[in-house]
Amino acid sequence: MTARIQLVPPRPKRGEIVEIRVLIQHNMETGYRRDEEGREIRRNCINLFICRYNGVEVFRADLSSGISANPLLQFHTIAEASGELEFWWIDDESREASERASIAVSE
Amino acid sequence: MTDSARRRFLAQIGAGLALPAVTLRSAVAQMDQLDPLVWVFTKGVPVQKGRVKLELPLLTDNGYAVPLTVSIDSPMTPDDFVKSIHLFSQRNPVRDMARFFFTPRSGRARVSTRVRLAGSQIVTAIAALSDGTFWADSAHVVVTLSACLDES
Repeated sequence: MTARIQLVPPRPKRGEIVEIRVLIQHNMETGYRRDEEGREIRRNCINLFICRYNGVEVFRADLSSGISANPLLQFHTIAEASGELEFWWIDDESREASERASIAVSE
Repeated sequence: MTDSARRRFLAQIGAGLALPAVTLRSAVAQMDQLDPLVWVFTKGVPVQKGRVKLELPLLTDNGYAVPLTVSIDSPMTPDDFVKSIHLFSQRNPVRDMARFFFTPRSGRARVSTRVRLAGSQIVTAIAALSDGTFWADSAHVVVTLSACLDES
């Protein structure tokens, strides 16, 4: 599971609102599909996603099969200090993954 | 057809189209208050219309990845911020689609994602504010090819 992360604007000023775009590679299997042999494919969706900014949680999402495959999440945070954004998520098969992005805040 | 006759004809069509839209609105209001899923979330506090803006396309070719944006007009200060947004689907097999949680550090109460929709339906977004009030908005989407249930 990998993710692509984009910050808009990429170099925000202190106090500016930054848009965070996260695109995670994940099937978000609904549990309603069948494979070529007609066997049911088990449901496997990302059920929790958390974004932390220098260790402080700024955004959290409970997801379900109602979210498209390769989920895209766009949300915001206030640029307070340079540091690191940590993205963490877990799916129904208890597979965890995380991604980091550095944020450089100019005065 | 003369020009005025055509205008009368168009006005009549317009009136015919306006009627189902009115009945649709009241159906949305009823779903907000009486739905057990909504009830679990709000604990019986009345859900008010307004402040929330749910953006969905009016019509989509397929229900696999429908762009959705929810935004709430809120200052997002520690005294007055949006705590969470819940998305409810009318017709999906999993009706509780997603929940998004914010903090004052979020800066803006707005989230965009892409959702699956199993057929034409009303999608409702309910926001819980830090002052204990609930606000909602609904959108009706026409889906020509639905997601979730077909075998592909």
